[in-house]
Amino acid sequence: MKLVFERSRAGRKTAYFPALDVPAWKPETPLRAEAPRLPELPETEVDRHYTELSKQTYGVNNGFYPLGSCTMKYNPKINEDMAALPGFTGLHPLQPMETVQGALQVMEDIEKYLCEITGMDAMTLQPAAGAHGEFTGLLLIKAYHKSRGDEKRTKIIVPDSAHGTNPASAAMAGFEVISIDSDAHGFVDLDALRQAVGENTAGLMLTNPNTVGLFDPHILEITQIVHEAGGLCYYDGANLNAVMGIARPGDMGFDVVHLNLHKTFSTPHGGGGPGSGPSGCKAFLAEFLPGMRAVDGKLERASRSIGDVRGFYGNFLVVVKALTYILTIGAAGVPETAANAVLNANYMKEKLKDLYPMAYDHVCMHEFVMSLEQMKKENGVTAMDIAKALLDGGIHPPTMYFPLIVHEALMVEPTETETKETLDEAVALFRQIHEEALRHPEIMAEKPEKTPIRRPDEVLAARSPVIRYAFED
Amino acid sequence: MNFPKDLQYTRTHEWIRYQGDSAYIGITDYAQDQLGDLVFVNLPEEGDELMAGEPFADVESVKAVSDVNAPVTGVVEEVNEELADAPEAMNEDPYEAWFVKVGEISATVELMDAEAYEAFVAEEE
Repeated sequence: MKLVFERSRAGRKTAYFPALDVPAWKPETPLRAEAPRLPELPETEVDRHYTELSKQTYGVNNGFYPLGSCTMKYNPKINEDMAALPGFTGLHPLQPMETVQGALQVMEDIEKYLCEITGMDAMTLQPAAGAHGEFTGLLLIKAYHKSRGDEKRTKIIVPDSAHGTNPASAAMAGFEVISIDSDAHGFVDLDALRQAVGENTAGLMLTNPNTVGLFDPHILEITQIVHEAGGLCYYDGANLNAVMGIARPGDMGFDVVHLNLHKTFSTPHGGGGPGSGPSGCKAFLAEFLPGMRAVDGKLERASRSIGDVRGFYGNFLVVVKALTYILTIGAAGVPETAANAVLNANYMKEKLKDLYPMAYDHVCMHEFVMSLEQMKKENGVTAMDIAKALLDGGIHPPTMYFPLIVHEALMVEPTETETKETLDEAVALFRQIHEEALRHPEIMAEKPEKTPIRRPDEVLAARSPVIRYAFED
Repeated sequence: MNFPKDLQYTRTHEWIRYQGDSAYIGITDYAQDQLGDLVFVNLPEEGDELMAGEPFADVESVKAVSDVNAPVTGVVEEVNEELADAPEAMNEDPYEAWFVKVGEISATVELMDAEAYEAFVAEEE
């Protein structure tokens, strides 16, 4: 397709500004030497440009999107309706308090519900996404140890099965990362944990269910080991969809959590975002929370706040969508959602496990991990090839090559919002591709054949990225 | 797979080549094969201290980022800056694509000769 700059012709325009009704003002010296080279198009061309783009992409509205660890559930349209209410969209963050009581009510309500779901006592809505929420939570842990004069606690323990953001966030927050091995089930190795903790331990970061989709049966022992060593426990909420309304991180012994509203609470993801990654904590950490919290119709800053981690109240309209979701499904819907997510994952896993070896053949939670290691050894077909072939079948591939502890991994998370028919069709496609891979391994490297772009040269893109339009003159 | 006889190897797939009191360090043929096409390398600086068994650099492939561990404790005498501009050298000729030259060597991790490392890799497979 043509790029928007290629459609552009000087002088064409779309915007029709209303007449100027305030005094005109121009800076004496312009802030930049030349005008930016923005594309100039009439409305028809803009419309076609975006329509064309939408045809080249794939989202939850197009079809099945079982991207493991990402919880690509359907985003209900009522969420958008509520976030589009003019009373929310027209707000200014510095408006007088008495004129924004509805917005404060939204913040108070969602904090209450999210705390109830996670077993936390207070929460900040400021973080813009998951990793930002992790970073914020780690700063709370840091502030806590510092407030006690316990500054030798510089190490954060992270299992080798963790999401990559965990060690990255810990390093960003100024901690030293200690990686510990998982056992044969991808669970935390208790002996390794006992050996790793000590007087330097600031905390442990963990997601439960873990990244292979299993609930760690030793979770209470794990958090106890860390607490006894004087550390705090951080819960990565990326996998909360499997347990929300059923088990609470706060009851498992976690002191700090972050949530991904764009995963678990059905707000849009990726390019459809922005995200929102609230950080919650137990009462003894609340005095360190960043930003302003809505309390009884007023905004309050915590007494020993770590400061702001983002402007004002975070991605407020995303919070409106998440609150809409919680109110829509209700108290009974929260655990039902988790139960259906787990049921859907187990249904697919059982229908596939005779062909696709499961990394861990347990009853899984909301996702499961398959390993194509044997297939790769025997006929050279990789997890990547299978993923690419799925594109031709019209579904989005699962997460690939993660978690790192499983070789040739494909990680499938169907979510609760898919029908049995969709799951059956996906299963049939997985099985058909497997058969094709055995019969004609040589053609698998040619997949996909039907997508607008087939196999991008990822290596070239990483080594010599072209990230802006090259104007001819 | 290539296992040159004049090098020593670690269980985490680095090679080391001694030259006088110093040593060159890189990643093995097996390591580059497992990682796939490498697109980025993060190198230490001259004068940095390496700790035997601890990460001192990282490499990034299209698939993942991996730590590179120091086979020895010592001080970086020289950094192969060309590698940063041409990470593909690690795929093309892993035993020429050295990361750093290290001196003041005081300790080492358990090292294997070519034969032992080849057997170790066969076991990993």
